[in-house]
Amino acid sequence: MLSYVARRCLYMIPTLFGISVVAFAIIQLPPGDYLTTLVSRLENQGESVDRAQLESLRERYGLGDPLASQYVTWMSSILFHGDFGQSFEYSRPVADLVADRLPLTVVLAVTTLLTTWLLAFPIGLYSAVRQYSPGDYLATIVGFLGLAIPNFMIALLLMYLGQTVFGMSVGGLFSPEFEDAAWNLGKVIDLLGHLWVPVLVLATAGTAGLIRVLRANLLDELHRPYVVAARARGMPERKLLVRYPLRAALNPFVSTVGYVLPALVSGEVVVAQVLSLPTTGPLLLNALRSQDMYLASSVILIVSVLTVIGTLLSDVLLAWLDPRVRLDQG
Amino acid sequence: MPPDLTTAPAAPRPAAPDHAPLLEIEGLKTHVDTPEGIVRAVDGAGFSVPRGKIVCLVGESGCGKSMTARSVLGLVEPPSRIVEGAIRWHRDGGESVDLAALDPRGEAMRAVRGREIAMVFQEPMAALSALHTIGDQVIEAIRLHLPLSREEAEERAVRLLTRVGIPRAAERLRSYSFQLSGGMCQRVMIAIALACDPALLIADEPTTALDVTTQARILDLLGDLQADTGMSVLFITHDLGVVAEIADEVVVMYLGTVVEHGPVDDIFHHPQHPYTRALLGSVPRLGTGPRQRLDTIRGTVPHPSERPEGCPFHPRCDVAVAGVCDRGEGPVEVALGASRGVRCVHAGAEGSAS
Ligand SMILES: Nc1ncnc2c1ncn2[C@@H]1O[C@H](COP(=O)(O)OP(=O)(O)OP(=O)(O)O)[C@@H](O)[C@H]1O
Ligand code: SF4
Ligand SMILES: [Mg+2]
Repeated sequence: MLSYVARRCLYMIPTLFGISVVAFAIIQLPPGDYLTTLVSRLENQGESVDRAQLESLRERYGLGDPLASQYVTWMSSILFHGDFGQSFEYSRPVADLVADRLPLTVVLAVTTLLTTWLLAFPIGLYSAVRQYSPGDYLATIVGFLGLAIPNFMIALLLMYLGQTVFGMSVGGLFSPEFEDAAWNLGKVIDLLGHLWVPVLVLATAGTAGLIRVLRANLLDELHRPYVVAARARGMPERKLLVRYPLRAALNPFVSTVGYVLPALVSGEVVVAQVLSLPTTGPLLLNALRSQDMYLASSVILIVSVLTVIGTLLSDVLLAWLDPRVRLDQG
Repeated sequence: MPPDLTTAPAAPRPAAPDHAPLLEIEGLKTHVDTPEGIVRAVDGAGFSVPRGKIVCLVGESGCGKSMTARSVLGLVEPPSRIVEGAIRWHRDGGESVDLAALDPRGEAMRAVRGREIAMVFQEPMAALSALHTIGDQVIEAIRLHLPLSREEAEERAVRLLTRVGIPRAAERLRSYSFQLSGGMCQRVMIAIALACDPALLIADEPTTALDVTTQARILDLLGDLQADTGMSVLFITHDLGVVAEIADEVVVMYLGTVVEHGPVDDIFHHPQHPYTRALLGSVPRLGTGPRQRLDTIRGTVPHPSERPEGCPFHPRCDVAVAGVCDRGEGPVEVALGASRGVRCVHAGAEGSAS
């Protein structure tokens, strides 16, 4: 097991390197370099450009140097100083901007993931064990609706209902009075009060998909020879279900750990926009629109790294659950 | 605690006073509901398994052997179901129960499974969970029915695995099925089946998926175990070579019915039913020359959903009697002696059917 984890970690290194190269390439995508963009921007706004400041910036990012050494400069300032560069859109260090939003994004992602599991597990289990029962049909219909209705529609609907029926502001993650407040108990409670809306919206599609996957997996497993064999040795039905087929059908759950975060950041930008969530999705969208490349590439870099870590976690969990993974590969 | 077969050969079970069979199947019908109609997979099969004997259930693929075996333990799942018949299980004490009438999910059936009747399957690798160790599964089988602590069960598991010929059994407890060969997995399955010292072992083609050498070893093992424990064995196969090697009695099935049954020597030397003769004739035997090989059964087995009227074998039978064999319910079983029965209009009229 240990050697498996170690080897799995080793494999991460080339992946991470690849990600950093892509992120770096994204910075280089717009014509000209960071400074020419900055200068043209400032001039557009009719501001004068301080030559000395430009020079110092050129120095800091090593902009005159060959690309390879620019990459090294960029990477080492990230790795050793936590310096992701400057966002000219916000005129703040990228690190600060991301630090504002990343924790909430992760909280939202983890809560969404847990909610998805909590909903999908019992429903999928029920659907498979009571195949073609009214409950199964209901779950199937609701599931397909959840898959078919775009998330932002659900978001809009919930916002509308929240406003008209409950008279509460549903957008965002905080009430206005807590928006800029320091963290305290009140703010946490306020966060929880707001969190359920985006969590519910974001969890619907994932839950619907996972129910289908669990149901199909379980139906496959329920009639496997090893299940019949266990029944033939006198195992009670309930114990049998939990111990064998359910255990084998757990894998899709574990695999979701890896992909929920990128899905949340990239796929659900629309929802985040609609609900004005202070997450990294809208930040990335804006950055790309205004060619704020240090910000854009940093968000992509960080989210990708988190995804790689998420995948690692799910792989380790899978290996722990499934001896075939653990023992076949070391 | 039941007699422990793993330390010393136990004395054979005392036969019930009236020499009643252990298992009696009568008029069993297990049907499958398919969109195309009802498939009569088992259609009125009947035979019995005496105490302490090895009974071989033979027949071509699809004739309902597995379905019959699964019916005994209530393991037929929808869309299949037992629609008729009795499966009488006679316990040592003289008490009897009709397994066909038990709720397949009920406690009474659960108490029989693995404890009184155990089963070994065709695909040993697939019959073991790859997510659990061998030890987990053997110990589980023991503790499902015997009031042993985990440690005691583990000791018993080691003895069981040793008894079925698994080297370094204590280490093997921690192995997974995919780390073992097919033959080893089947030994594990046999150990699991013997875990609670059952009175009947049903083995559904336990060697079909294995290579020839392994097949022979597993057969020897089963024979030894039967002799040691005195349990009965219902052995399902379509390999007449296997039958010749281990059977005490033979039951021949065709299209869901039993066409002939009797002691192995009688069946092999004096087959009465045209189907049994054809079956035996189609087996190449040493010294009989190449002509024997060609003597296969004419025609093909009809699908059970297109079961012919009258005697199910009549479209392929060389001695069918027109106007008799091809209509009605088909012939009834004719008893020829205490443990011999044939289902053919020619039965009893020695020589007339050949
Ligand atoms: N789910 C099902 N749907 C349709 N037909 C079925 C189903 N299950 C079994 N049958 C039919 O029931 C018949 C008996 O099957 P069974 O498995 O008992 O045969 P068998 O004698 O064990 O054959 P084999 O030697 O191939 O194992 C087969 O002809 C098969 O077509
Ligand atoms: S009953 Fe008729 S058809 Fe059937 S086996 Fe006997 S002779 Fe052949
Ligand atoms: Mg079969």
